[in-house]
Amino acid sequence: MTMGDLKELRNKIAVVGVGNTAYGNFPEIEDYGLGAQAFSRALDDCGLERDQIDGLLVCRVPYYARMGEVLGVHPRWTATMPPHGRMSGMGIIEAMMALQCGAAQYVALIYTNIGRSRRVTYGGEDASSFWDPWGFTSPGGAHAMMFRMHMEQYGTTTRQLAEVSVAFRKHAILYPDAIMKKPITIDDHETAKFIVEPLRLLDYCLISDGATCLIMTTADRARDLRKRPVLISGVGAKDDYHDASVLNFAQDCWYGPLQKVAQESYEMAGVSPADVSALMCYDNFSPTVLFSLEGLGFCKRGESGPYVEGGTLALGGKLPTNTDGGHLSNTYMQGWAHNIEAVRQLRGECGARQVPDCKVVQFVQATPCTRSIVYTLG
Amino acid sequence: MTTTTYNKPLPIDNVSARPFWAHAKEGRLVVQHCDVCGHLHFPPGPVCPACLADKQSFQQVSGRGTLVSWVHFHRAYWDGFQGDLPYNVCLVRLAEGPIIISNLVGELPEKLRAGVGVTVVFDAVSEALTLPRFKLD
Repeated sequence: MTMGDLKELRNKIAVVGVGNTAYGNFPEIEDYGLGAQAFSRALDDCGLERDQIDGLLVCRVPYYARMGEVLGVHPRWTATMPPHGRMSGMGIIEAMMALQCGAAQYVALIYTNIGRSRRVTYGGEDASSFWDPWGFTSPGGAHAMMFRMHMEQYGTTTRQLAEVSVAFRKHAILYPDAIMKKPITIDDHETAKFIVEPLRLLDYCLISDGATCLIMTTADRARDLRKRPVLISGVGAKDDYHDASVLNFAQDCWYGPLQKVAQESYEMAGVSPADVSALMCYDNFSPTVLFSLEGLGFCKRGESGPYVEGGTLALGGKLPTNTDGGHLSNTYMQGWAHNIEAVRQLRGECGARQVPDCKVVQFVQATPCTRSIVYTLG
Repeated sequence: MTTTTYNKPLPIDNVSARPFWAHAKEGRLVVQHCDVCGHLHFPPGPVCPACLADKQSFQQVSGRGTLVSWVHFHRAYWDGFQGDLPYNVCLVRLAEGPIIISNLVGELPEKLRAGVGVTVVFDAVSEALTLPRFKLD
């Protein structure tokens, strides 16, 4: 293995267990309680004993050591990620590297969020920045700014954007754990209230309480566990901090970083966009999905609007995307639930929302830290 | 005598950014200039992102730029904006290169388009704070 060549890690590391809590509004449960529940379910899912876990990566959990104390987990490798919506892809890749070099044998990755019951707004006082005096705030504000640029440059319309929310809502209705169950139409999207115009309520992610857990190990160890392992076949990574003073913003809507992670992860996995059975796409706001489709090469730059028309992203469409409902209609677990859904789709566990003949599932996050992960069944 | 308190968010007190606000109060729009490599950047920071030199100054710019994007906030994340809803926020590329987030002032046309020219105006929103804003050319 040459230094810096991640291709050697193709199919070496697996996700073997996944678990999630119910999603919603749980003022009576503390975040550590939610984390413990997701952890127990992930252990059951793979058949490992608690004491076999020797790696712990936590995200949005207030204190890693308290999490370890609560779970009775005292690992030899601990990592903690800030509560930002871009740490899922980063965390999974960090754990992959830790497992590959032997820092740990079985890593539990735990994410908790109590933002719903504690009324987190993600703007104003919750996210102070240089631009506050002009009233500019919130990740949604930045995405509205980017989507306006896309509208101006390429003629993309809000009716095209609505296709994203409508498709994901259809999926949430088919997924028992998902929060949003009311069907919506393109017209519903067009008449929803504006939050930061041109974006409307239905372009915004939910804010929800809940927790997730993934358990990862090496492909060799994975063979002895309860279910068929889901392998990490390709990863790609590119950070772009040029416009970091404007939270969640990039002047090119992350087109450059997306192209780079697409090339890296497809080449490593030996697949192309045409091979992707289902896409799990970070969707804090619906425009991110359009940006991701362009940068990954599912359509040409500027053509994501026409590309998504007519239900392309819905089950039965050309590219089923966020089959659990995503952040827009399932839950806001900041990318972690997307990766769980990737695992369940490949295992064929998705019931009414199962993608037939599901062979390759890709996770992508178009954010200041852009990541792509290509999963296949082991 | 009635005193009205300014109830919108104030600039975060940041040592690098203080001169920007002082210049704005005097009616000057400035960006940060690297005295070693000449790079212009905004918002201000402790070193030049192009060459890492810490010898930096502030350079007055023309105040002209082009409109890149704009949005309308229909939600007040601070109570002070409640009475202004919906209010606009714009993204301007200054003629000298850097981008700045601000507000458009004056009458906006029915069909605003990216690429139109804008010019800075100085809006003394309180005794202590002047905001550089932009009007359409």
